[in-house]
Amino acid sequence: MAESVATAPAHDDHHGEQSFWSKYVFSTDHKVIALQYMFTGMAMALIGGFMAYAFRMQLAFPGMDVPGFGLVSPAQYNALITNHGAIMIFWVAMPVLIAAFGNFCIPLMLGCDDMVFPKLNRLSYQIFLLSSIVLLSSFFVEGGGFGGAWTSYPPLSSKAEYSLTPLGSSIWLVAVALEFVAFLLGGINFVTTAMNSRAPGMKMYDIPMVVWMIVIASILFMASVGPLIAGAVMLFMDQQLGTAFFDPDRGGDPILWQHLFWFFGHPEVYVVLLPAVGITAEIITVFARKKLFAYKTVLYTAFGTGVLSFTVWAHHQFIAGIDPRMAHVFTVTTLLISIPIAEMMFVYIATLYGGSITFATPMLWALGFIATFLIGGVTGIFLGASGADIYLHDTYFVLAHFHYTFYPIAIIGTFAGVTYWFPKMFGRMMDERLGKIHFWGSIIPFNLIFIPLFFLGAAGQHRRIYDFTNFPELAAMQHWRVVATVAMLVMLGFQLVFLYNFFRSMFRGEKAGKNPWKANTLEWSAESPPPHGNWPVLPTVYRGPYEYSHPDRDEDYWPQHVPN
Amino acid sequence: MIEQYVPAASTYAGDLDNLFTLIFVLVGFWFVLSEGVFFWLLFKFRKKDGQKAEYVSGELKTEKRWITYPHLLVLVCDVFIIVGAVRVWYDVKQFLPPAQETIRVIGQQWAWTFVHPGPDGEIDTADDISKVNELRLRVGTVYHYKLEAKDVLHNFSVPVFRLKQDAIPGRVITGWFEPTKTGDFSVQCAEICGLGHGLMGARVIIESPEDHAAWVAENSPISIAANTAVASEE
Repeated sequence: MAESVATAPAHDDHHGEQSFWSKYVFSTDHKVIALQYMFTGMAMALIGGFMAYAFRMQLAFPGMDVPGFGLVSPAQYNALITNHGAIMIFWVAMPVLIAAFGNFCIPLMLGCDDMVFPKLNRLSYQIFLLSSIVLLSSFFVEGGGFGGAWTSYPPLSSKAEYSLTPLGSSIWLVAVALEFVAFLLGGINFVTTAMNSRAPGMKMYDIPMVVWMIVIASILFMASVGPLIAGAVMLFMDQQLGTAFFDPDRGGDPILWQHLFWFFGHPEVYVVLLPAVGITAEIITVFARKKLFAYKTVLYTAFGTGVLSFTVWAHHQFIAGIDPRMAHVFTVTTLLISIPIAEMMFVYIATLYGGSITFATPMLWALGFIATFLIGGVTGIFLGASGADIYLHDTYFVLAHFHYTFYPIAIIGTFAGVTYWFPKMFGRMMDERLGKIHFWGSIIPFNLIFIPLFFLGAAGQHRRIYDFTNFPELAAMQHWRVVATVAMLVMLGFQLVFLYNFFRSMFRGEKAGKNPWKANTLEWSAESPPPHGNWPVLPTVYRGPYEYSHPDRDEDYWPQHVPN
Repeated sequence: MIEQYVPAASTYAGDLDNLFTLIFVLVGFWFVLSEGVFFWLLFKFRKKDGQKAEYVSGELKTEKRWITYPHLLVLVCDVFIIVGAVRVWYDVKQFLPPAQETIRVIGQQWAWTFVHPGPDGEIDTADDISKVNELRLRVGTVYHYKLEAKDVLHNFSVPVFRLKQDAIPGRVITGWFEPTKTGDFSVQCAEICGLGHGLMGARVIIESPEDHAAWVAENSPISIAANTAVASEE
């Protein structure tokens, strides 16, 4: 190992001993910040999951006294669905997929000692934590939490007399805006670090795919969030200062908000998708012992997806009263985006060809991502086609579709990443048997929750309804709602297996060496867990990240930092 | 396929259902093919002792065509879907056949008001029939709707017509439908509109011309006024 790092530049040792506070709470170490993001994200996921539990119980058993929650009133129901959506996207998917994995992986995979702006990084997490607290506080003010859906369309969201949550809606908006600030700071850091702090010898095409994906996601986020922040300021002023940006009676236009929101909102889907796609690339290459099929194609495809994602937003507004001729343009762009995404899926499937595949827990999750995301992808075509969307818009078909994208992204992708990098994060292995029980206990109920919702959606069941007994045709299909809710209870139950496995393995798991998966990327050349500063001498890179089963070598892997 | 769940009761409902079926067949093909190849590869290339994986970069033309050909085929399918979608969309939303009758639909927190023309066949006259959460239509008639909202966004959704349109305060949106089937069907608000969003359902009752004429005669404000006058004289 020593000769491999001999050419690296000398490295100042400014990473000395630290007190508990500076090590874990006010740390500027990228790995600690990654864990802070991950644990905060996990806590928020439990809260978001609990919300889903409460409103799904109400849907399956209307008027029930939900154990642990109580009766769900219509106002509470609306607040629960609104905040479930906001939390799962902004406070779970983004912090875990981008911030946690981005912070943990980028410096380690690029072979540097930390982010370029460590203090900015710390500030990013602190603002994120503040935003979480602000969001949760909105439930405890007069009128309760905001209940105007996570899309927050005015005039419902802009006037207290309509929403009946005078404070909740403004606090919600402030929390979302703070969260955006946190991720803007984080994004600057990710892009700058990836461009400037690569190990000597690491060329653009030697960067591991997950790093590229997080970088592209950060660029998408930074380029799309501006209009929404402007919109959020206008909405806040409408709420609190009586301005009329979105008030049609006084010259405003409620549709303006929808454009600003979805101009951000659709790229946002790809902001969280790309990191999950990147994690999957790392894992399937390691466990299939295969080089990634057509690295450059994947990379260009991701860029293409990113660019195209800025041109599709109005497919969320087909029936919102936009000029009908606009729909044609957005149908074409939306269906075109199926090309790069399909290509990515084909590449991953092609990567498996000729492999030597082992089904360890991280691999199961990565494969689960591909298998289930395909359902989310193909059902999106129905909704991108303007004609079919007239019927399907705002039904449970939409809901099932985007859960088939977001669940693979935010839950399956996260579990893939956590189980894969756990040995590096904590220096110990997770239990394989419990890991597999957890995998099957999550993936089977997940499908049982959302496949019934496709049927309900095709039958015209519309969203955000507190109690379907008011609609006789829909009330007749109650059995599907019960199936979905029971499956959700089973799935939530199996998460206890994960929590047990996670925390037990952290302290009692079998010790992991530096490179338990025999992987190529640089993080596996550091100690497990890596010390502050990551390496005593920073590594040098000699080749791309996916040189598995190279014919010139006896071993089936060829780490990036080994000279020959 | 949708008709298995929800009857089709407008002239364009069948076209939309056919579009749904077309998309289902095309994407279903790709879905089954991708998952099939995926699971087959997982089975075929599972780890076997002493066997090393192949080294394939995927950068050669001969290798890359395994993904370029399929994705060109995906593009062809996309074109079919786009053409189908644009045609249905044009019929429902862009094209406006001349109206035989016009109704006004008004959404507010949390009820629908439907203004029907009275015996004179015109709206905005003294004999209009205004009903809450009850829409009466004559089968086989081309209707224009004038959609309004009084407070927040609502969405006028009639699943049996395969019709959905947001109602926006400050605007009057015109669209059309032609009922083809008599019966009593559901109308929903499909855009969250606050606390009572889940209560904002209405019924659409599609009647034969005779029944509808009788209903109009009985419910127009003028005949009601006349009946009350007769009753008070007696």
